[in-house]
Amino acid sequence: MLITDLFEEAYLAIWANKIRSGLTILGIVIGIGSVIAMISIGQGATGSIETSIQSMGSNLITVMPGFQRTFSPVATGRGAAQTLAIEDAEAIAKEVPFVQAVAPELSRRYQVVAKGKNTNTQVVGTVASYPNVKNLEIEQGSFISEQNVRSQSKVAVLGPTTRNDLFGEGIIPIGETIRINGINFKVIGVTKSKGGTGFGSQDDMIFIPITTAQKFLAGADYVSTISVQAESSQLMAQVQTGITNLLLQRHNIANPEMADFSVLNQQDILGAVSSITNTMTILLAAIAGISLIVGGIGIMNMMMTTVTERTREIGLRKAIGAKRLDISLQFLAEAVMLTFLGGAAGIILGSGLAYGITFFTGMATKISSFSIILAFSVSAGIGIGFGYWPAQKAAKLNPIEALRYE
Amino acid sequence: MIEVKNITKIYKSGNVETKALKDISFSISNGEFVAIIGPSGSGKSTLMHILGCLDAPTNGQYFFEGKDVSRLSDDELADIRKKKIGFVFQSFNLLPRATVLRNTVLPLAYANISKSERVEIAKKSLLSVGLDEKLFYHLSNQLSGGEVQRVAIARALVNNPTIILADEPTGNLDTKTGEIVLETFQTLNKQGRTVVLITHEKYIAEHARRTISLKDGEIIEDIVNHR
Repeated sequence: MLITDLFEEAYLAIWANKIRSGLTILGIVIGIGSVIAMISIGQGATGSIETSIQSMGSNLITVMPGFQRTFSPVATGRGAAQTLAIEDAEAIAKEVPFVQAVAPELSRRYQVVAKGKNTNTQVVGTVASYPNVKNLEIEQGSFISEQNVRSQSKVAVLGPTTRNDLFGEGIIPIGETIRINGINFKVIGVTKSKGGTGFGSQDDMIFIPITTAQKFLAGADYVSTISVQAESSQLMAQVQTGITNLLLQRHNIANPEMADFSVLNQQDILGAVSSITNTMTILLAAIAGISLIVGGIGIMNMMMTTVTERTREIGLRKAIGAKRLDISLQFLAEAVMLTFLGGAAGIILGSGLAYGITFFTGMATKISSFSIILAFSVSAGIGIGFGYWPAQKAAKLNPIEALRYE
Repeated sequence: MIEVKNITKIYKSGNVETKALKDISFSISNGEFVAIIGPSGSGKSTLMHILGCLDAPTNGQYFFEGKDVSRLSDDELADIRKKKIGFVFQSFNLLPRATVLRNTVLPLAYANISKSERVEIAKKSLLSVGLDEKLFYHLSNQLSGGEVQRVAIARALVNNPTIILADEPTGNLDTKTGEIVLETFQTLNKQGRTVVLITHEKYIAEHARRTISLKDGEIIEDIVNHR
């Protein structure tokens, strides 16, 4: 039998039982559709988390304070130590090889007032190299200069969200005065929006010279983090070790496990987050995959019924010369056609779902060609896998008994 | 051209052996019209299955066009059925929900004949059994019994078979339409086709030129009918 004949036969047989075929296909549609939707949600989440981590700066290493070690056995919690100083940042820039730029920060939330409007936002004390390290661009005016840092100037650079909150959208606030914690600051610039919302958004921040922050706001000379940019991604590990050794030596700590700081590599964070989201994607797809198996069993059930119903037809086909292979291929073609139709509709449904999720909830989704190819091969595989047994049952029928079947 | 030699067929169910055919021998030459007659249980259906290459004998030999086919595999038998044998059944066995033409081309599809050629052969065959051209695209379940059986005969003819085997072809038809079907077989025979008709009715067997009577798995009579 020609292949076109096989598919013509399969098409006619499926069409002859429209409702039953439709319901069976629906099982596959739901299975494939949910797998596609789940994978696209998972991959979308991975993608958006990765870009938001990368937008914080490339080849970034972050030095954070660790436990405050005191003579009492009570630990104050990670990040609470006030042991990092500007001198540490300067030493890293000077002594550790392959360091491109270093930006110490001292940040804290303050109430900020401007012309009667006020907001509560993150005030970051930092230095001139900060925009390089954190991939930050300036929209209007300029960023804090080294001169500002040296002279403890009371100048501020606003994030675009903060600018909107204090002055309104589209207003150029350069030269205006804002009050942070009761102290007047002159606005000298506004940064470009980086997107991203919620906690840790770099759009909702105010940048001031770190020396000013230490002297007038915090009243202490520690820094809360030091961001270090390595020259290239290959040198990250080397720079990380260099920083660790230097700071251990500077803080007089012999045992690395007792370190009062921690050095985080952006690649490590990215890797950890990716592995979590990948596991999530696999989990979601596996749950959706269960419905695909149920759909496959539906196909097998329908094919079994079809074979029994058409026993006489199979007998006749054998009598007029169909071989075993002809019969089994005919029923396999039918099963594969069912799953393929279901697969195609499922891809449309799944993509529609993913699109709908993005449209209504704003959650990022990503439909990859990988998931479509996967869905197609899985549906074909299900057709062959679950259609094989019924097809064999049909092929093995004895023509005489099949012709007599009532 | 077909010859059976000492054919025995034994069915086993559990420990009980049933001898359906006991040492049967005869031959049929080209162009003959033979009726095989016998009451139910005489073994005539078993004989037809063996003649039609649907089943193999337990013992003995079956020569089809000089070739012993009694020990061939399933697929080899399927090949012979495809090329050399045309079946007509009591219950017609047309595909429901398929057109007359589609039913008729089916054996040609298994013989891998091109689609355009199939339709041409099938139409010729349908016309030769006297079916109206208007019915070609009707669904087979919209036809009358006589028409259905003539479609089945046309289907049996499309492969230009060496032999046509008809198993109680009038069993599900009334006397009048049965007569038309039998006349169709007679016409085919006059055109040179070899026809073997299996029946249990004497008056139907009389349409053939030779009658082989079976009883309890043995041939009791092999006569030439005079009309």
